[in-house]
Amino acid sequence: MLKFALSRLGTFIPTFIGVALISFAFIRVLPGDPIIVMAGERGVSPERYEELRQQYGFDQPIWVQFWDYMTGILQGDLGQSFVTNRPVWDEFFTLFPATLELSLCAIIIATAIGIPAGVIAAVNRGKFFDRALMSTALIGYSMPIFWWALLLIIVFSGNLGWTPVSGRIGLLYFFDTPTGFMLIDSAMSGQDGAFGSAVRHLILPSIVLATVPLAVIARQTRSAMLEVLSEDYIRTAKAKGLSTARVNGVHALRNALIPVITVIGLSVGTLLAGAILTETIFSWPGIGKWMVDSISRRDYPVVQGGLLLIAVIVMIVNLIVDILYGLINPKIRKR
Amino acid sequence: MTDTTSELASTTTARPGRFREFWSSFSENRGAVIGFYVFIAFLLVAIFAPLLAPYDPTQQFREATLQPPVWQDGGTWQFILGTDAVGRDMLSRLIHGARYSFFVGIVVVVLAATGGIILGLVAGFAPKWLDTLIMRLMDIVLAFPSLLLALVLVAILGPSLLNAMIAIAIVLQPHYVRLTRASVMSERSKDYVIASRVAGAGRLRQMFITVLPNCLAPIIVQAALSFSSAILDAAALGFLGMGAQPPTPEWGTMLADAREFVLRAWWVVTLPGIAILITVLAINLMGDGLRDALDPKLKRS
Amino acid sequence: MSLLTIRNLSVSFATSSGQFRAVDGVDVDVNPGEILAIVGESGSGKSVSMLATMGLLPWTATITADQMSFDGRDLRTISAKERRKIVGNELAMIFQEPMSSLNPCFTVGFQIREALRKHTSLSARERHARCVELFEMVGIPDPEKRLKTFPHQMSGGMNQRVMIAMAIACKPRLLIADEPTTALDVTIQAQILDLLTGLQRETGMGLILITHDMGVVAETAERVSVQYAGQKVEDQTVQGLFETPHHPYTSALLSALPERATEKHLPTIPGVVPGQHDRPAGCLFSPRCKFADDTCRQTPPPVQSAALGHARCHYPLTTPEEVSA
Repeated sequence: MLKFALSRLGTFIPTFIGVALISFAFIRVLPGDPIIVMAGERGVSPERYEELRQQYGFDQPIWVQFWDYMTGILQGDLGQSFVTNRPVWDEFFTLFPATLELSLCAIIIATAIGIPAGVIAAVNRGKFFDRALMSTALIGYSMPIFWWALLLIIVFSGNLGWTPVSGRIGLLYFFDTPTGFMLIDSAMSGQDGAFGSAVRHLILPSIVLATVPLAVIARQTRSAMLEVLSEDYIRTAKAKGLSTARVNGVHALRNALIPVITVIGLSVGTLLAGAILTETIFSWPGIGKWMVDSISRRDYPVVQGGLLLIAVIVMIVNLIVDILYGLINPKIRKR
Repeated sequence: MTDTTSELASTTTARPGRFREFWSSFSENRGAVIGFYVFIAFLLVAIFAPLLAPYDPTQQFREATLQPPVWQDGGTWQFILGTDAVGRDMLSRLIHGARYSFFVGIVVVVLAATGGIILGLVAGFAPKWLDTLIMRLMDIVLAFPSLLLALVLVAILGPSLLNAMIAIAIVLQPHYVRLTRASVMSERSKDYVIASRVAGAGRLRQMFITVLPNCLAPIIVQAALSFSSAILDAAALGFLGMGAQPPTPEWGTMLADAREFVLRAWWVVTLPGIAILITVLAINLMGDGLRDALDPKLKRS
Repeated sequence: MSLLTIRNLSVSFATSSGQFRAVDGVDVDVNPGEILAIVGESGSGKSVSMLATMGLLPWTATITADQMSFDGRDLRTISAKERRKIVGNELAMIFQEPMSSLNPCFTVGFQIREALRKHTSLSARERHARCVELFEMVGIPDPEKRLKTFPHQMSGGMNQRVMIAMAIACKPRLLIADEPTTALDVTIQAQILDLLTGLQRETGMGLILITHDMGVVAETAERVSVQYAGQKVEDQTVQGLFETPHHPYTSALLSALPERATEKHLPTIPGVVPGQHDRPAGCLFSPRCKFADDTCRQTPPPVQSAALGHARCHYPLTTPEEVSA
């Protein structure tokens, strides 16, 4: 197990360096001189320009710049935003809880509905429920989620007036956000209706973000269950006189979960990509919207640092999924 | 394919049988057949768009802005699906939009598949260090969420439909590399490949003529599925203002324009989305059918 | 009173090309403490009839029977819930493929304890003690350690011992062993058979041994039932069957045994078991039978008396001379 984890770590480090190199290189090939962009419409004097070039190290050879960048990363320094002048690291971690809260809700929705739906479809293979469910899943899988978000807004915010259109909480509420998770913070604030407001703000974006992973998980669970249900050990479990619920829910599902866990892990990347669209549409102040805004503002250090941090998160999640895969699959664990 | 010299003779006689066999197992899946016909219909719409569309997609009827579709109060037969905020005919724009979507799908799949297959073949045949290098590179690309990477690439190249297509192709390519390499690895150890090597087939011949045709089934399935994700990603980029630029009647860009009318004019929002959904759904249905018909190993049921 | 009684059992499966009758009018009787062997080629429906008894057939199967009772309880009308109280408890089964018949995600100990938890009121500590005892009974060394292992970490023979331990965990009154040795190495086969017969003597349970191996039958069983193409063609004591087989099929099976070969070439039975679409109108064995005449080919044969081994034949063989002729 330790050996397995170490070998995974062995591929993690070169990939990390590669990711850092790419996010570094992107900024050097972006069109426009970063200092001119930074100065904005006011312009900049030639002396000040030279000064800034030295300050940001743009006068150094490219490999020196990369070395400085890498040593900076290892010390937790990702540079400063051109626009706000705050460290990229700080900006990321003020916004990250919002994205994490949204993504966690989405993955909980997707898993809590997707796995049971896939199991029920597999057990009722070929019947009406199976067909209806799998058609729905294919529609969800094919859904342009930015349009889906607009549709939900039309129905639930426009026609029914149930949910707000943007943000994380109503404008009436002010309280400290020690955890950054609005659901927890609003519940702790003790203000009347704050928690309800947070929930209403969260519900539509979570549904939108959950749509594609939900469809993928339901489809994957169904196919994994179908494969497992025809195995000999399922017959053995039935021959022991176990209840149908125990045969399907313990003996079959435990085996079917092995590929499903992988799919859930891999959908983290999908989730972050989806968060870009979802956060933009719902004005959700998370890292997806932050990246889109920074790209359109040409805020290079933010794009560079954000890319790196997001990629590292995806890589860490994949690493966890790999190790988890080893833990739930005894065949790998003991070998 | 073991006997490379009589290959031509054998393929000409074997093809029809193989195709009929494929079609019979493909047409067992009703959804796949429906998807196929919808896909053909959209393809025809895309090809004959200028003939089918009642108006030029950029022509503005200033006297008839935001007119609802014909079946709703205030709609007229002049604009069957209504008009948008500057009085352009929705139907004509949707019909022309099909062109862009199919163009995007084809270009992206061709670019991504060509690059991916070649890299995958090279990785599968190359010495270990080159294989590792290629696969690590692909890991790096896959570490970035696809849409984010495409966004940054478009920001570098400048926002346009062409650059969006290049960006999406780069993002989708690693899947082809992995798929091709995996199939090559499993085929390489088989007897017919060893036989061809013993018979003196060169490296290139082994790669493209001996091994590649036997790896095609999963690649074709992947092509169908990435066709639909290319359309979705291009629409998403258009929606974020990083794809096709207005007034191009690309479906995603149309949706971006329509955002401010979400609560006032449902048709400018709903119709382009339905067009995207139906196209993508049809291709995915077809892709599922293709997978079941071509690759029994991947069969879901 | 017999433990398991089955009269006129038929099982058919819905396939894409119509109904397929896998078991056709089969009778089975097992008395407490008796070893019955069911013999037949693959596809003769011997496993299917037992799976039907256990209630383990998929929903595509249609099961009909005049009588099907275990220990006086009617298995045809019993509810699924009531059946699950019997199955795995008083009526247990082991299968052909030990490697794939155990769940790879759980330790073997867990899988045995699960059966005990379902059917007994033992405490956790008692369940564990019972597992250790069972492993000692089936001859698995170092039980404490082996209980914590996963199926894929053990050999096929060991896994089959685990399967047996699991099946006898709740002291069943009847154990059905479906080709328990087919997937194992020859050297292990004898060990497993000895184990099964030893356990049967020790516990006094009934044992049904499904096999295609006449050698296995001779060594272990007391009574044999021969099946062909879903029908029972003969039912006799082992001794009687080996001395005087009454059905030509049984006779042919016996002469195909290497030990019994009288000529230089091992005799074989020409042809194959009829499938879904080529069932003969008369006797199902008639296309392969060297004694068959027009009556055999046109009229389904009657079931003969017990003295003639219930042979399903128009012209049952009666003397050893006739058999070797």
